[in-house]
Amino acid sequence: MGSNAVFRAMVTRLGSIVVALLFAVPLLAQVDLSGSWARRGQADNGYAREQVDLLGIPLSADGRAKALSYNIASLSATERQCQMYPPFYALTGPFALQISGEQDPITQKLVAWKIAGWIDRDVTMIWMDGRPGPSEYAPHTHGGFTSGAWEGDALVAVTKQFKLGDMKRHRAFSSDRATLTYRFNRHGDLLTLTGILEDPVYLAEPFVLTEIFRLDPNANLLPLTACEPIEELPSLHQNPGLVPHYLPGKNPFVNEVTEHHNIPLEAVLGGPETMYPEFRKKLKDKYVMPPPCKEGCGGPPAPPAGRGAAPQ
Amino acid sequence: MLTVAAALVNAQRGNAPVANPKAAAPIDLTGYWVSIVTQDWRWRMVTPAKGDYLGVPITVDAKKVADLWDPAKDEAAGEQCKSYGAPALMSVPGRLHISWQDDRTLKVDTDAGTQTRVFHFGEWQAPKDTPRSWQGISLAQWQMPATTVPTQLRPAPRSATDQPAPAAGSGTLRVVTTNLRPGYLRKNGVPYSTNAVLTEYWDLFKRPNGEEWLTITTQIDDPQYLRQPRLIALPFKKESSGAKWDPTPCSARW
Repeated sequence: MGSNAVFRAMVTRLGSIVVALLFAVPLLAQVDLSGSWARRGQADNGYAREQVDLLGIPLSADGRAKALSYNIASLSATERQCQMYPPFYALTGPFALQISGEQDPITQKLVAWKIAGWIDRDVTMIWMDGRPGPSEYAPHTHGGFTSGAWEGDALVAVTKQFKLGDMKRHRAFSSDRATLTYRFNRHGDLLTLTGILEDPVYLAEPFVLTEIFRLDPNANLLPLTACEPIEELPSLHQNPGLVPHYLPGKNPFVNEVTEHHNIPLEAVLGGPETMYPEFRKKLKDKYVMPPPCKEGCGGPPAPPAGRGAAPQ
Repeated sequence: MLTVAAALVNAQRGNAPVANPKAAAPIDLTGYWVSIVTQDWRWRMVTPAKGDYLGVPITVDAKKVADLWDPAKDEAAGEQCKSYGAPALMSVPGRLHISWQDDRTLKVDTDAGTQTRVFHFGEWQAPKDTPRSWQGISLAQWQMPATTVPTQLRPAPRSATDQPAPAAGSGTLRVVTTNLRPGYLRKNGVPYSTNAVLTEYWDLFKRPNGEEWLTITTQIDDPQYLRQPRLIALPFKKESSGAKWDPTPCSARW
């Protein structure tokens, strides 16, 4: 066989391989989520200045009562100090996501996606191997149990069996019967996380939040340290039977949003109707735009001052 | 051959024009959708105070413009729709009605402000000297799921059949919008400029209970008025009919 014939045979074989690869039956559609993802979304997830701010949260009557009974001093009760870090904290917290794949050591196939812990927040393992979760009677944990599956290029994860925790930091809470469904959509170097929290106790409808992350090797990654309750308030230490709370109708902060932003109380207290556009009709004749913002208004950073600053 | 192969790969990933984008749609976005306002409520459901820019990474120039916001002036100039331009429209509380205008054009109507966005697929080009508008020029593209998977990303077997079938109805609509008339990101005059570029990713998902949800990941690049890209993702829920469709005109104040 001459060299031309060998070359033609090689080209033909290579061509066959390429065509076979291109028209192969599609396997699972998946993308690589591994890497460090800096939080870049600019929505107010988890943010509030006022103590009672339940705007747009589809709380049930029980959920509202739970929120209004909350006294920030209860955070110093040792048994409550770690309730700030439920799975929903991935959408409301300030931390970056550090995601890695966990491979089976023999087959090298993916067993789980791991979201690293961050300060007091637990590691999240998204099990992809179909393993069963704990018994429904098993004690719940702060992180819960999470299983995942691909839907096209989106990773869908469901977390169950987690403890009562914050759905809005220090302001509203999910119960230990809640379920969180997350959806990870990667678009180039952006990762969109959509979270749907369902809770038959404290929510009347699903509470949906989104967050956007950008792939960034320099994302703010802090090491996991176990959430360790400590004695913070001497009064609680001296009287362990004391449970900080507000009785119904006695929360002293209930009117703050109305006082600061003129938003009617019926909106401030949340409920499913407050997240739909038609709720604006109820507000139109009641809302008066407040005077120009003077504090906590955002805006560009102030120019540098002091030594080295440009002359004024 | 490699050129052909590259073209085929691009076609498989949805990065090449398809002859009939309507027929090739990997997801069905048509129907009525309602915005779910659980985020930025204070700046979306009511008109925030003048000078309240919290959450938007504006520049010094943008602050100068926003500090001069005067809705009466906008009304007098016939510019009540400044806060209904494409970079802001999807965050205005309201409903979307999505339909195919023809095989290559997707139309998104909003009841809030009675606006229409038009997404052109394929090789469509705007006529020269197209005037700037609130909704600009939008070029759209389907992004199909990748069809091959590296071994290390394949899940460990759940059963004897190693590879479950890929889920139907997955894919993303990517839309890039330019040629915008300058407007407001928020009702209280936080500006975007003529040079703003809006990039969106529309992702649909169906829940086991039958609900359909849409997340629109939104990036706004505007070096004149934004120190960094504005990034928000907006959730919508599908409705079974247009019974709650409620067209209202643009308003500079509410």
